[in-house]
Amino acid sequence: MKLSAQTKVIALLFSAGLFAGCSTTGESMDEGGYDSDVAAIDQDGGSTVYGGDDQGGISSSAMTEEERMQARKQAEQEALRDITTFYFDFDTSEIKPEARDVLMAHARYLADNPRQNVRLEGHADERGSKEYNLALGERRANAVQRFLIVNGASRGQMETVSYGEEKPAVMGSSESAWAQNRRVELVFE
Amino acid sequence: MKQKISFSLLRATFAAVALMLVAATSAQAELLIRITEGADSAIPVSVVPFAENGNMPAGDKLSSIVQADLAMSGEFRPLPPEKMLSLPSRRSEVYFRDWRLLGQRYVLVGELTREGDRIQARYELFDVNREERILGETAAAPASNMRSLAHHVSDKVYEAITGVKGAFSTKLAYVTLDMSNGEPRYRLEVSDIDGKRARVRLQSKEPILSPAWSPDGKKLAYVSFETGKPVIFVHELSTGQRTKVADFPGLNSAPAWSADGQSLLMTLSKDGNAEIYQMNLQSRKVTKLTNHWAIDTEAVWDSEGKGIFFTSDRSGGPQIYYMAKPGAEPRRITFGSRYNARPRPDNTGNYVYYVHQRDQAFHIARTNLKNDEETILTRTESDETPSVSPNGRMLIYATKHNGESVLTVVSADGGAAYSLPASEGDVRDPAWGPIVR
Repeated sequence: MKLSAQTKVIALLFSAGLFAGCSTTGESMDEGGYDSDVAAIDQDGGSTVYGGDDQGGISSSAMTEEERMQARKQAEQEALRDITTFYFDFDTSEIKPEARDVLMAHARYLADNPRQNVRLEGHADERGSKEYNLALGERRANAVQRFLIVNGASRGQMETVSYGEEKPAVMGSSESAWAQNRRVELVFE
Repeated sequence: MKQKISFSLLRATFAAVALMLVAATSAQAELLIRITEGADSAIPVSVVPFAENGNMPAGDKLSSIVQADLAMSGEFRPLPPEKMLSLPSRRSEVYFRDWRLLGQRYVLVGELTREGDRIQARYELFDVNREERILGETAAAPASNMRSLAHHVSDKVYEAITGVKGAFSTKLAYVTLDMSNGEPRYRLEVSDIDGKRARVRLQSKEPILSPAWSPDGKKLAYVSFETGKPVIFVHELSTGQRTKVADFPGLNSAPAWSADGQSLLMTLSKDGNAEIYQMNLQSRKVTKLTNHWAIDTEAVWDSEGKGIFFTSDRSGGPQIYYMAKPGAEPRRITFGSRYNARPRPDNTGNYVYYVHQRDQAFHIARTNLKNDEETILTRTESDETPSVSPNGRMLIYATKHNGESVLTVVSADGGAAYSLPASEGDVRDPAWGPIVR
């Protein structure tokens, strides 16, 4: 089931011509590197259903154009929601500007799917003290939770947990490893 | 990304099943001791191999263990036995002139006698310059417990020379992470302070952290993620019995015992933000001791059990604060850099040790509480989790060595060091146990 959903997303991405902006490795670690096309979403209500009966031949080309727009928007939303990891600077829990559009897309999705739950896992890099990092990971998860609530998700859909520095995404003690480990992961259940 | 979901579900499902208690008797790979540097001021001392009457158990000799203990403290420089001119075992055989010639300040001699299933040690310590005996004692232990007997002798020798109680008979608790089977195995272990006689007390697929010794040395409090979130347990070492004491929504972490063993300081975020609480272990009632939007955590009682040190980032970054009594207005202690965390006071009330960031490196530093002077103690650069020996003379902390996490012990002034790399995997989160009589 997961696979078919993923296939659908990929198919949509292809149809909307957005594939270039999306990493296929699942390791889209370049912070702020989201394609500007993908990030440019200025419309609420990404849940628009399309693809009804295509009757009425008065302006069929205009309908197709509209459909295409909607498909594109939906694909954009889904592409955004493919990103489920959000990064932070050292010893901060501020959501980065480039994460906002993606988080908005998640918030909308949660608002539209009230039975969908998500687990927000907060993490810190290995530097500094373990217990402080545990609290820092929680603060990061809470920051993401607040953002999602402000943008339409409800508290009941979310659960936060902090692992502090205990579960690094990447092993190693380099700037790049640390940058990838300071994160909040959205785990949809 | 999507695959991650199923993995984490699997993890959660198996966590409870995978968690198992390991009998206190099960043997475990020992930490290897590696002395990395000695202090220049170390006192020359000779531990003469003890004479032996009757069958002795196989394994390390008592005198070698004592010698290693004294070297490990960083305060002594034992003479290798092969350089000794004679091997006396009693006063009448000690020629002070010879030991003076070898530049020795103290000489320990003795003999071991087998008595049934016990070993009796008779030993004497001499001050070479004054040609005086400063210690003479007999002590006995089961033959299977030679190491305890040796550490006891080390404690006595240490105290006779320095005037401070030895801590060689104390224990370390720490956590190892073994990835050798492709999946994490966290183990809470307890060993002698030289890393020997390590025993696994708890094994889990999920993280274990922050072990804290009860003042009587019989229990450990710690944080375990076995239920998928941080929860505080109290674990009785003799029986293996575990009690979940704090499982509130959010964080349940950073346990620290009161001197009477009746309560725990802990960090809870049940009201939305990490705050410090005190829990009465009988009633399980919690009292909130801090109330601030910032992170407040890593609380620990001061040496007199009256005030509390803790970490707070209320100034913008983590710094050490002190409450003169529970709930009192906190006073900031550290100002030397933008990151100071995880305070641990020593038993004398003179110093507080903590993690200190300087430039890009994290060291262990201490502040003299009498004059606010700060000293950086370590030259390693990814240091965390300082824990002070109960006599205030040594400090253990976790750091990185060749990419793996190791424990390093330094003398409390930073002079000498040895490290305890795990024979397999990472070792972290050391907690130095109390002196138990």
